Amino acid sequence: MKRSSRQPRLNDERATARTFLEPAAFLAPFMIGLILFTLYPFINVFLISFKEGYKVLSGEFTSFGFQNYETVINDPNFLNGLKNTGLYVVLVVPIATELSLLIATLLNNDIRLKGFFQTCYFLPMVTSITAIGLVWKWLFNFDYGLINYFLSMFGIDPINWLNNPAYNLAALVIYGVWSMIPFTTILLLAGFQNVNPQYYTAARADGAKGGRIFFRITLPLLAPTIGLTLIVNMISASKVFSELFPLFNGQPGSAYSLYTVVYYLYDAFFVKWKLGRAAASAVILFAIVLVLTMIQLFVQRKWKNY
Amino acid sequence: MKRTKRAILYLILAIGAAIMVLPFVWMLLSSFKTAAEVNTTPPTVFPANPTFENYRYAFEKAPFARYFLNSVIVTVACVGFTMFTTILAAFAFSRLKFPGRDILFSALLSMMMIPFEMLIITNYQTIVSWKLVDNLWALILPFTSSIFYTYILRNFFLSIPDSLYYSARVDGASNWRYLWRIMVPIAKPALVTIGLLNAITCWNAFLWTVLVTNNPESRTLPFGLYAFMTSSGIRYERLMAAATIVVLPMIVLFICFRKQIVTGVSRGGLKG
Repeated sequence: MKRSSRQPRLNDERATARTFLEPAAFLAPFMIGLILFTLYPFINVFLISFKEGYKVLSGEFTSFGFQNYETVINDPNFLNGLKNTGLYVVLVVPIATELSLLIATLLNNDIRLKGFFQTCYFLPMVTSITAIGLVWKWLFNFDYGLINYFLSMFGIDPINWLNNPAYNLAALVIYGVWSMIPFTTILLLAGFQNVNPQYYTAARADGAKGGRIFFRITLPLLAPTIGLTLIVNMISASKVFSELFPLFNGQPGSAYSLYTVVYYLYDAFFVKWKLGRAAASAVILFAIVLVLTMIQLFVQRKWKNY
Repeated sequence: MKRTKRAILYLILAIGAAIMVLPFVWMLLSSFKTAAEVNTTPPTVFPANPTFENYRYAFEKAPFARYFLNSVIVTVACVGFTMFTTILAAFAFSRLKFPGRDILFSALLSMMMIPFEMLIITNYQTIVSWKLVDNLWALILPFTSSIFYTYILRNFFLSIPDSLYYSARVDGASNWRYLWRIMVPIAKPALVTIGLLNAITCWNAFLWTVLVTNNPESRTLPFGLYAFMTSSGIRYERLMAAATIVVLPMIVLFICFRKQIVTGVSRGGLKG
C-alpha cells in the first residue's frame, strides 16, 4: 500500500491539495525573489507615478493624478533625453549591425587563428562598461588622447570630444558601437550556422560569384537573425546610461546636454528625490520597451517559416 | 588571385581586431607608465621605465583589495543563489505536473521585458526599510531569481527523455533525489554557461551599486573605480592600473571559457 503513494503522478490524475504542494515547494525560492524584487516594484512604480509629492521614506503624498506625467513630458531635460536616446538608438544600432555583419561574414570563412580573432572581437562583451569607459575617456582626451593623435596624422584638427557638447553624442556613439559589436557578431555567426551549405554549393554550380551569393542567398536567409538582433539591440540601446558616468564624470554630457531617458530617471530619483517624476519616466521607458518587444514578437512570428 | 583574396581577408580581420583590442592593450601598457610619460606627444607605445607604482597607489590610497573581495563575495553569492532557485524552478516547470503551469510560465516570460531600471525606486525603498544599505546583502538579494536563466534551463531539462524520469521514480527515487542525482549532472554544460553569464553580469553591475552603497567598505569594483576617479583626480596612469584590476579577471574568465560563453550568448543573449 505504501508503494502506491510513490507512483509517478500523471497528467490525468485529479488535482488535490497535494498536487500543488510539491511544485509550490520547488518554486518557492524562485517566486519569493521574483515577487519581492520584480512583481511588487513593477506594480508599485505605476502607483508612485500617480502620486504627487511622494516621500521616499514615509510614503506620504499630497495628491493622486496625472500631474507627474504632465511635468515630465513638459520638462526640457526629459525631452532632451528622449531626443538623445532616440538619436543614440538610430545611430548605434544600424552602424553596429553593419560592422558586425562584415565581421561575422569574414569570421565565417575557413580561417586560421579563429579562436584568437574571436577572442579579440568578443572581448568587449565581458568587460565592465565603467572600467573600459575610463579607457575611452582617455582615448577621447583633447590633448593627449590617442584618437586625436591618429586624426592629426591625417591632418585633422583635434576634436574636443568630451567637453564640447557638439561632439558628446558622437563620442558616446563611437563607444556604444564598439561595445555592441561582440554581442551582435555572435548572434549573426549563430545565424550563419543555420544556413544550409547546400545553397552555396548549388549557387556555385550555377556560376554565381561572391557578391551575388552574399546578397541573393546569405542576406535573405539571415534576415530573421538580423531582424532579431536589431530589435534586441534597440531595446538595450534605449536604456543607455552607465556609459555616461565614466565619460562625463557622472554628468549627462558636458553642460548637461546629453540627458538620456534612464539618466533622467536616475537624476529625478537619486539626485533630486522627485520620486513621482522618476516613476512617471520609468513608466514611459517601459512603454518604449513594450512597443519594441511587440515589434520583435511580430517580426519573429512573421519570419518563423522562412 | 585566390592568394591575394585571402591576404585581403586576413588584413581586414587583423585591422578590425586591432581596433577592438586597442582599448585593452592601451589600458594595460599605460598602467605601467610614469605620470610624465603618459602626457607626452607623440605617445609612446611601450613604457620606457615599467613601474608597478600605479598599482601600489591604487591598493594603498583606495581600498581596492576590499573592493575586489566584495566583488568576489557578491558574485559567488549571486551565482550560487541564482543557480539554486533556477534549478528548482526549471525542474518544476519542466518535470512536475500541476494545473496552470504553462499559463504561469508564459506570464513569467512576458515579465522578462520589464527593464530593471524601472524597479530601482521601489527596490531601494525595500532595501532601506530592511536596513540593508551598505550591506553586501543589498547587492545580492534582488538578483537571486532570473526568469531568463530559468527559461534556458527549463528548455534543457525538457530535452532529457521522460523514460529516465519514470524508471528513476519506479526505483523509488523522490523528485528531489532525481533532480540532484540525475538531472543536474546531465545539465552540467547548460549550468556552466548560465553560471558564467550570471557571473559576468554580477561582476560588472553598476547602477544598483551606486544606489545602495555609500560606504567605501561595501562597494564593489566598478563603483569603487568610479569613486577612485572622482576622489583622486584624473591621473590616467593610475586610473588605467585601477581599471586593469577591474577588467582582468573577466578577460581571464573569457579566455578560459570562450566556447561556453559564446554558446550561451548565441542561445539567447546576455540579459542586462
